[in-house]
Amino acid sequence: MSIIRSLTLLLIALVSVLSLPAAAQEDDPGRQLLIDLAEAPASNVEEAINAIVSSGDPRARGWLEAYGNNRLSRVKNTGQVVVVLNNRGRDWEIANPLTGENMGDMSRRELDRVAINNAIRGQLEGILAMLDLSATDPDVREASAQDMMGKVNASLVEPLEARLELEESARVRNRIEEALAIYRVGEGNLEGVDVLAGSLHPRARAALNDAVRGDDPALATKAQQALGTIEQKLKLNRAAETLYFGLSLGSVLVLAAIGLAITFGVMGVINMAHGELIMLGAYTTWGMQQLLPGQPGLALILSIPAGFLVAATAGIIIERSVIQFLKGRPLETLLATFGISLILQQLVRTVISPQNRTVVTPEWMSGSLVINDALSLTLNRLYVLAFALIVFAALMMIMRRTRLGLEVRAVTQNRNMARSMGIRATRVDIMTFALGSGVAGLAGVALSQLTNVGPNLGQNYIIDSFMVVVFGGVGNLWGTLIAGLSLGTINQLLEPWAGAVLAKIIVLVFIILFIQKRPRGLFPQKGRAAEG
Amino acid sequence: MTIRKHVKLGLSALALSVSLNAMAAEDPIKVGILHSLSGTMAISETVLKDTVEMLIEKQNAEGGVLGRQLEAVVVDPASNWPLFAEKARELLAQEKVDVIFGNWTSVSRKSVLPVVEELNGLLFYPVQYEGEESSENVFYTGAAPNQQAIPAVNYLMNNIGVERWVLAGTDYVYPRTTNKILETYLMDQGVAKEDIMINYTPFGHSDWQNIVSDIKRFGSAGKKTAVVSTINGDANVPFYRELGNQGISASDIPVVAFSVGEQELSGIDTGPLVGHLAAWNYFMSVDSDANYDFIDQWIEHTGNDEAVTNDPMEAHYIGFNMYIEAVKKAGTTDVDAVKDAIIGVTVPNLTGGYAAMMPNHHITKPVLIGEIQDNGQFSVVWETPSTVAGDAWSDYLPGSRDMVADWRKPLFCGTFNTKTGSCGASAGQMAAAAE
Repeated sequence: MSIIRSLTLLLIALVSVLSLPAAAQEDDPGRQLLIDLAEAPASNVEEAINAIVSSGDPRARGWLEAYGNNRLSRVKNTGQVVVVLNNRGRDWEIANPLTGENMGDMSRRELDRVAINNAIRGQLEGILAMLDLSATDPDVREASAQDMMGKVNASLVEPLEARLELEESARVRNRIEEALAIYRVGEGNLEGVDVLAGSLHPRARAALNDAVRGDDPALATKAQQALGTIEQKLKLNRAAETLYFGLSLGSVLVLAAIGLAITFGVMGVINMAHGELIMLGAYTTWGMQQLLPGQPGLALILSIPAGFLVAATAGIIIERSVIQFLKGRPLETLLATFGISLILQQLVRTVISPQNRTVVTPEWMSGSLVINDALSLTLNRLYVLAFALIVFAALMMIMRRTRLGLEVRAVTQNRNMARSMGIRATRVDIMTFALGSGVAGLAGVALSQLTNVGPNLGQNYIIDSFMVVVFGGVGNLWGTLIAGLSLGTINQLLEPWAGAVLAKIIVLVFIILFIQKRPRGLFPQKGRAAEG
Repeated sequence: MTIRKHVKLGLSALALSVSLNAMAAEDPIKVGILHSLSGTMAISETVLKDTVEMLIEKQNAEGGVLGRQLEAVVVDPASNWPLFAEKARELLAQEKVDVIFGNWTSVSRKSVLPVVEELNGLLFYPVQYEGEESSENVFYTGAAPNQQAIPAVNYLMNNIGVERWVLAGTDYVYPRTTNKILETYLMDQGVAKEDIMINYTPFGHSDWQNIVSDIKRFGSAGKKTAVVSTINGDANVPFYRELGNQGISASDIPVVAFSVGEQELSGIDTGPLVGHLAAWNYFMSVDSDANYDFIDQWIEHTGNDEAVTNDPMEAHYIGFNMYIEAVKKAGTTDVDAVKDAIIGVTVPNLTGGYAAMMPNHHITKPVLIGEIQDNGQFSVVWETPSTVAGDAWSDYLPGSRDMVADWRKPLFCGTFNTKTGSCGASAGQMAAAAE
């Protein structure tokens, strides 16, 4: 009977092979492999994955990637496994994993996701990295070897060793050796420790730490020594890292404050709506990205002039409608601009949304610049740091080298004298305020890459901005730069041992004490202008 | 004569009550909505106002309740904690609302507590909170710590094998209390003190470089490390961004968050976050017909095809339906009758199960652990086998271990101390004293 059944099966198989291609799918071994994966209970998923890998099917990689990205689903009533191409909204676009044919949209109600969790994803990353190790590009190979760190298990050792024999690039070899050593140290191998002794990779340290705690005394002592050398190297890296963090925070402070250094520092207007001008710049970036979907990088670059213009225009409106009437009345200016800041916030809430908006970080700004395994500089902050310095330099140029700068300085030093020399003071006021506001807009464009773009964005920076300007010395742009960078660095130096909350408080207390001693800040203005 | 007088009195009383009833049938049931529509909390609370409005519309379309229509009374406490108390007073004393749905932050709830107790109102509070409270007048439809934090930690410990813990939170009452509970719980489970790192940051913190790098260092000690995050809404975006930039993936150091929902994720590019975790009692991606219907209704109500739903919205859905059931059961909207009737009321939740109101004014909820996906949604990776009843007083805090809340007679107390056998001050009195 069983023979008859096998024969019938064989016949059916033969017939289906000969018949339509659609029916051929029925016979596709991939179909069963995917169903096995979808139906496997958590404990058997590994087997199902291994079955897919060892099938040698050229489509296997795509399937596993889709699985790792949570993109495999089953159609509830037919049980067919499909790849989800677009999983946003209520209808999902699906495709046939066997033929790659697009099957159109299907309601989410009809689909049942093939479950995956971190543990499986970790294994999957190891397997995919293993597949990538034979890529032609050495950078891809290095990246995948790095992905293998800490993910090597008994079944991967042999293929890795084989790969090591073939590998030509020294960097990739090093990585593979380290990845293998991590596994070996875990198995109690002494030689592995030697390989890891020079490594700064966190996984290597983790493996050594594990060995120190282990039962084998010889291994523990050796691992302890290795850790000692690593610790030495790390100290230097840590110092460099903290410095970078400090400069980066400082550059954010400088960016946020530099516009205020002009409106408050040079013109003497206490503009509480400064934060909201920053917010407008950030929203401009969001708007630009909406206008240019799919090109976040270009949109970001175009946002730089656009953000400047939007914020500068808003600044002109504020200056013309409110501030010009309150000249020389700081308290009223403070209250009026505070009102404007609330109005602008609520305006954004009502017109756009109270929710934060997503600003996409372009590819070239994500990730980090890897110096070594322990020290990597995050790219978005590196760009912001450079941007802050460029904005500062440009502003310095305008104030020192252009006619506008000259007029601004003249008007702020002695308004009446400047007017009698033929300078149109009102026009200079407008221009200065527009400049300061525009720079706030630039800060917003940069901040959109670091923090939330929402109605409260400005509020978070207004206090810090005033702090920097006052600390640096009102009216002095250099003071703002030095103050911003040094406050950022002090804050980051304090943070590791004092905690973020206390660090902020200490910095604030420090500034209060400093202002007691030197009321005019770090770099006070000299001469008659300062007295007036 | 006396009999006749009695009959007369009885008749007139009857007439009066009939006319009152007739009047009542005309009057709508007033539902107060106390959510910030401006200020910092507007980001989270406006959707909750819309949710209650949507539920009211739907209930009215189905003929209201007890033959009466429902009417929303919306006020805006503007993220200003003292203003919450004023607005609550306005709702109860002037508008004479029958029930209030509202609040998000614990501070705002504490500010409202004395008012609702004094004026004997009903408040449905929809957000996960730190526990240690049970008021006669408040119904807690969000999760207590034992319905979110403890099961999440258990999942990490048992399913992922985490041995080293970073408890990171925003510096205010909810994270501090939750972390205190978690710390005690972890130490009870045999975790050494040096394997727990606690870190607090101010509201809206945006510079996470140092902290993330600390976490990275803490995680390279060889033991599996996880971050338990009670970081508040907004600050999460730069936090996750920094995690992504410093190359910490979920398979290295998973982060499990208690305050990050679909709403928060809609503000981030979730690519680098895939695999990080959140613990809630509801996810928008939950596969149940009740949920799909709710989403359809929500999208129709907002007119936004990309509108997301989240956990506090489900809490309001449950709370609203519980209120309607209780009013039906009591046959009146009288506060004391409803308070009495609602205990034991069971309504369907959106995850395909049921929620019941417990005598301590907390409800039963399933606990779900979800992983962030690239579409800003969570996929459920684990859930409790059955629903968990909310515990007003944590078993893992020294003072609260002996406390019991039971709003049934004869106990009828939210702060009953089983050791001394006496009932302490009410939640509202304690909140007022704390101020």
